[in-house]
Amino acid sequence: MQTTISKKPATLNLWRRWNWLLWIAVVAVIYTWAITGLHFTGLQESAASVSRSIVHGLVQPDWSYVYNGSGEDLVSLILQTLAIAFLGTIISSLISVPFAFWAARGGKEWLHIRSGSGKVVLTLIRTFPEIVLAIMFIKAVGPGSYAGVLAVSIHSIGMLGKLFSEAIENMDRGADEAITSAGGNSAQIFMLATLPTIMPEFISYTLYRFEIAVRSASILGMVGAGGIGTPMIFAIQTRNWPRVGIILLGIVLMVLLIDSLSEQLRKRLI
Amino acid sequence: MTTQIPRRPWLQRWHVKPIGWTLIILILLVASSRMTGVDVGMFFSNLGQFTDLLVRMSRPAWDYLPIILHPLYETIQMAILGTTIGAAFAVPFAVLAASNLVHNRWLRGIIRLILDLVRTLPDLLLAAIFVAIFGIGSTAGVVTLAIFSFGMVSKLFYEVIETIDMGPLEALESVGANKLTIIWYAVLPQIMNQFVSYFLYTLEINVRASTVLGYLGAGGIGVFLQRSLNEFNYSQTSVIILATLVVVMVIDGISNHLRRVLL
Amino acid sequence: MDKTPIISFKNVNKVYANGTVGLKNINFEIPQGEFLVVVGLSGAGKSTLLRTINRMHEITSGEIRVEGESIKPYKGRSLRLLRRKIGMIFQNFNLVKRSSVAKNVLSGRVSYYPTWKSILGLFSTTDKQKAVQALQRVSLAEKLYARADELSGGQQQRVAIARTLMQDPKIILADEPIASLDPLTTKTVMDILKRLNQEDGITVIVNLHSVALAREYADRIVGLRAGEVVYDEPIAAVTEADLNRVYQTV
Ligand SMILES: Nc1ncnc2c1ncn2[C@@H]1O[C@H](COP(=O)(O)OP(=O)(O)OP(=O)(O)O)[C@@H](O)[C@H]1O
Ligand SMILES: [Mg+2]
Repeated sequence: MQTTISKKPATLNLWRRWNWLLWIAVVAVIYTWAITGLHFTGLQESAASVSRSIVHGLVQPDWSYVYNGSGEDLVSLILQTLAIAFLGTIISSLISVPFAFWAARGGKEWLHIRSGSGKVVLTLIRTFPEIVLAIMFIKAVGPGSYAGVLAVSIHSIGMLGKLFSEAIENMDRGADEAITSAGGNSAQIFMLATLPTIMPEFISYTLYRFEIAVRSASILGMVGAGGIGTPMIFAIQTRNWPRVGIILLGIVLMVLLIDSLSEQLRKRLI
Repeated sequence: MTTQIPRRPWLQRWHVKPIGWTLIILILLVASSRMTGVDVGMFFSNLGQFTDLLVRMSRPAWDYLPIILHPLYETIQMAILGTTIGAAFAVPFAVLAASNLVHNRWLRGIIRLILDLVRTLPDLLLAAIFVAIFGIGSTAGVVTLAIFSFGMVSKLFYEVIETIDMGPLEALESVGANKLTIIWYAVLPQIMNQFVSYFLYTLEINVRASTVLGYLGAGGIGVFLQRSLNEFNYSQTSVIILATLVVVMVIDGISNHLRRVLL
Repeated sequence: MDKTPIISFKNVNKVYANGTVGLKNINFEIPQGEFLVVVGLSGAGKSTLLRTINRMHEITSGEIRVEGESIKPYKGRSLRLLRRKIGMIFQNFNLVKRSSVAKNVLSGRVSYYPTWKSILGLFSTTDKQKAVQALQRVSLAEKLYARADELSGGQQQRVAIARTLMQDPKIILADEPIASLDPLTTKTVMDILKRLNQEDGITVIVNLHSVALAREYADRIVGLRAGEVVYDEPIAAVTEADLNRVYQTV
C-alpha cells in the first residue's frame, strides 16, 4: 500500500494522524464504564452442576412429551405457536398497508409532515416491547394464545409498516401513470396499477416477518400468552431438564423448517 | 363483428393458482383462529379493563425516573459487553464459514450448521436458561446477548467476507504468505468498516432486546418492568417504557450516524 | 376535413415549482389526423409539452384547446373523459409487469366502467374481444395470456399500444416510445403508430431524438429548444441543415 503525501495544513495533518488515539480513548472509556458498571454477582456455585444436568437433559430428551393426545403435548403446542404467528402476521399485514401509505414519502409533498408523522408512529410501535404488549392484552382477554395473537398483530405493524412504506417509496410508478393517462380515477389507479405492482413485495416481506413472528410466538408463552413458551418456562422453573431438552429440540426444528419453507416461497415470488 | 377469444390454458381458465392459494390461506386462517381461541367479542367485552390500563399508563409517575436510571445504564452496559463478546467469537467462525477463504466444504458446512442452529433460538428463551444456570442477575443477560449476537453477527460477517476483492489475497498467496498473514493484511483492511457497521447495528438490536431480558431475571431495566407490571403499577410501567424508548432512539441515532460516517 | 385544429396552443408557458422554465410562449396548432414529430435536445421540454395536452402537467399561463375546447376548467370526471380520448405511450412501457398481457390491455378501458366493476376485473365479453382485436393489430394476439415481463421490450411497447387502443383515442401522445428499443423493433413500433394514424385517422404526436426517424415518419416536424418552438415545418419543407440548427446549443 502507498502512503500519500498530503499537502494539507500541518494542524489538520496532525489531527488526521492522531485522531485514532481519540477514538481509542473514547472506546476505552465506554468499555471501562460498561465493565465496572456491572457486578457479576449472579454467579452461583451450582452453575456447573446445573449446566451438567441441562446437557444431560438435552441429550436424553423426554420423548414421551412429543405427543400424548392431551392437547398439551409438544406437537399440539408447536402447532398452536405456529397458529399464533400465522394469524398475528396476517392481521398485521392487513393493518400495515394503510400505515405504510401513511408513512411513505410522496414526491410532491412539502415538509413531509404526513410521512414523517407516520414514520414516528411506526418507530414507536416497533420499539414498544412485544412482551409488554402481550401482558397488556392478557389483561384484556385473559391469558392464552389469543393475547399472543393480538401482541404479534400489533407489534409486527412497526416493522411491516416500515418495510411496506419503503417498498412504496421505491416502487415503479409507471403503471400508475398509464392508468391515470387512460382516464382512471384514484381507486382504479390504486387497484389496477399500484396494488398489483407492489403486491409481490408485500407478500415477500410478510413471509419474512412470519419467520420472525414464529420466534416471538415461541417465547410469548413465557409471560402467559400461549404457545410452546408456557410449558418451556414451567419446565425450566421446575428444573425438568429432559422436558426442556425436547421442547428446545421442537423449537429448533420448527424454526428451521419454517425458515427454509418461507425462503423457498420468497424465491419463487421474485 | 365478433372475434374469437383464444382459450386460456387449463390452469389459468379455472384460476387454479389464485383459488388454490386463497383456499390454503383460508383453511389455515380458520384452523389457527380455532386453535388460538380468537374471539373478537371477548376483546370488546373486556375493553373496559384494557382502557383502564391504558388510562393508568397515560399518567407516568415521573418521580420514578431517578430510580430506574441505574438499571437503564446497566441495560446498555449489558448490551455493549454482550455484543462485544458475541462479535469476538463470531470473527473466527465467520472466517471459517466464508466460501472464498475456506475451501473445505465439510468444515464450512458444519460451521454454518452450528450458526444456523444458534440463530433459531429466541433471545428470551436463552435468557430463561441462563438465569437457571447463572442465577438472577446481569451475568445471565450478558451471556444471552453474547450468544444471540454471535449467531447474528457471524452470518453478517461471513457474507461480507464473501464479497471481498480477491486480488490482494491472491497476491499474498502467490508469494507464499501463511493464512494468518493473508487474513491480517489482505482481508481485514477490506472489511473493517463493514464489520464495525454491523457491530453497531447488532448493538442497536441488543439494546432493544436487553430491555426485556430482565423480565426473566437477566438484569437491567427489565427487572423493574416486571416488578411494576406484577404490582399493577402501570404509571411506573409507562415511565420505564418511555425511558427505554428514549434510550433506544438515542443509541439508534448515534449508531446510525457512525455507520453513515463509516460507509 | 374539419377546419378546427384538434389541438391548439396559445401563449402557453410552464414554469416548474423550482423555477425551471419548461415551456416558453408556445403557439401552434395541430390539425386532425396529423402525424407530428417533436424533436429537440434532452431537457428541451418535449415531455413537458406532451404532458400538458392531457393535463399530466399543468401549465402556468396561456391556453390549450382540444377539439376546440379549453382544457383548463376540466376536473374530476370531465378531466378523466379528456384523458380517455388521448392515449399515451411511454418510453418505459409502464405495464404492470407481473400481470398478464390481457389484464394490462383491458386496463386501458377503465374509464368506460364504474369503479367497482373495473377493480373486480369484470370486463364485458365485448371488451375482451376488443382486447384481442387490439392485440391482433399489434400482431401479439398469441401473447394474450403471457405475463408482461416475459415479453421483450418491443413486445411490451406493442402491448402498451394495444392498451391505449382500448381507450378508442382520437389522439395518441408518444413520449420517446422507442428510446429503449433496438433498430428493428423501433421500426415495428413506429410502423404501428403510422398505421394507426393512416387507417384510423388518429392524430399522433411523437417525441423523438432521432432526426432520421422523424423525417421518415412525420407529416410535420416541430423543434424545441429551451422550452421554445424554434422550428415548425411540414415534412416537404424540412431540410437536414434546418434540423441540425435545432440541435445546436445556442
Ligand atoms: N418535475 C420537474 N420539476 C422541475 N423541473 C423539471 C421537472 N420535469 C422536468 N423539468 C425540467 O424541465 C425541462 C424540460 O424537461 P423535459 O423532461 O420536458 O425535457 P425533454 O425534452 O423531454 O428531455 P428528454 O429528451 O431528456 O426526455 C428540463 O430542464 C427539466 O430539467
Ligand atoms: Mg422526455
